[in-house]
Amino acid sequence: MARFLIPLVAFLLLVGFLARGLWLDPREVPSPLIDKPAPTFQLARLDDPSQSISRQDLLGKVWLLNVWASWCVACREEHPLMVEFAKTGIVPIYGLDYKDTRDAGLQWLGRLGNPYAASLVDADGKVGIDFGVYGVPETFLIDKAGVVRYKQIGPMTPEVLERTIVPLVRRLNG
Amino acid sequence: MTAFAWRSAVASAVLAAGVMAGVFAGASVAAKEAQPLADDPALEQRAMNLAQELRCLVCQNQTIADSNADLANDLRNQIRTMLKQGATDAQVRDYMTARYGDFVLYQPPVKSTTLLLWFGPALLLGGGAIALVVAVRRRRLLPDEDPASADEERRAIELLERQEEGRS
Repeated sequence: MARFLIPLVAFLLLVGFLARGLWLDPREVPSPLIDKPAPTFQLARLDDPSQSISRQDLLGKVWLLNVWASWCVACREEHPLMVEFAKTGIVPIYGLDYKDTRDAGLQWLGRLGNPYAASLVDADGKVGIDFGVYGVPETFLIDKAGVVRYKQIGPMTPEVLERTIVPLVRRLNG
Repeated sequence: MTAFAWRSAVASAVLAAGVMAGVFAGASVAAKEAQPLADDPALEQRAMNLAQELRCLVCQNQTIADSNADLANDLRNQIRTMLKQGATDAQVRDYMTARYGDFVLYQPPVKSTTLLLWFGPALLLGGGAIALVVAVRRRRLLPDEDPASADEERRAIELLERQEEGRS
């Protein structure tokens, strides 16, 4: 009996691993930043270059960091959802205008709507690198202590907002 | 030449010119990206060696050295800047893994979560070898499933004897 059972079990195990591998998205690399303090930054606001926002300024509140750019096609796809979600006022969304020009960024928001409490200009992409950004759009949920709690790679979806982001925001807000 | 043929000839000439322009534009962009640090070839060599062992997350099966992605270019420049500032190779690797995880290393570190990755193949090979040895041994110990009958044995001996006679 064991003669047949052992290869069968080994085969099923292999099939199990392969099936799991088939459903994993290789583009979704788990971020090492989860549950770690968000990187420090100090960047000029998109709408007012004379003012800047730093990580310290945002301590004490739960907030979303949405990395976007006017050149990013998937951001355009995601944008209406962010605009809608911002209206609910559940959590403030800050934008990181990644490797973009100020004019193009402002024009883009003017045309498609502005869901952001403020957008920060990361023209050379340095802050993006610190956040481990590699596929715009990306969205980070950051808690009151400035710790990264969740990262969404690629466009935000209504499901993720509803099932993950909103419950997490509620919990983090206590 | 008909009007149609003439038009299509013009169109293909324009297309060819466009393609050539594209090729040259591409070449000049590549040249800009591959800009070596002429003032310090040793440092550039170190930067390239490091870039060759780091995965580009935008196009995942390429290294940062190979990839033309914008991010790979930024990261190559970041490596150069860090090396210029006196960072060690280990510090550069730490910088990358702190931001992108162990996945960026083409040679992941040996730790509890990567033990299976490192030693799985050896384990499989060893297991296969043991199974093979066991199977061969067992087969050798098995009794002959179809022993020759007395009649067959007698005929075999006869044949052998005849052969002996023929040879002598």
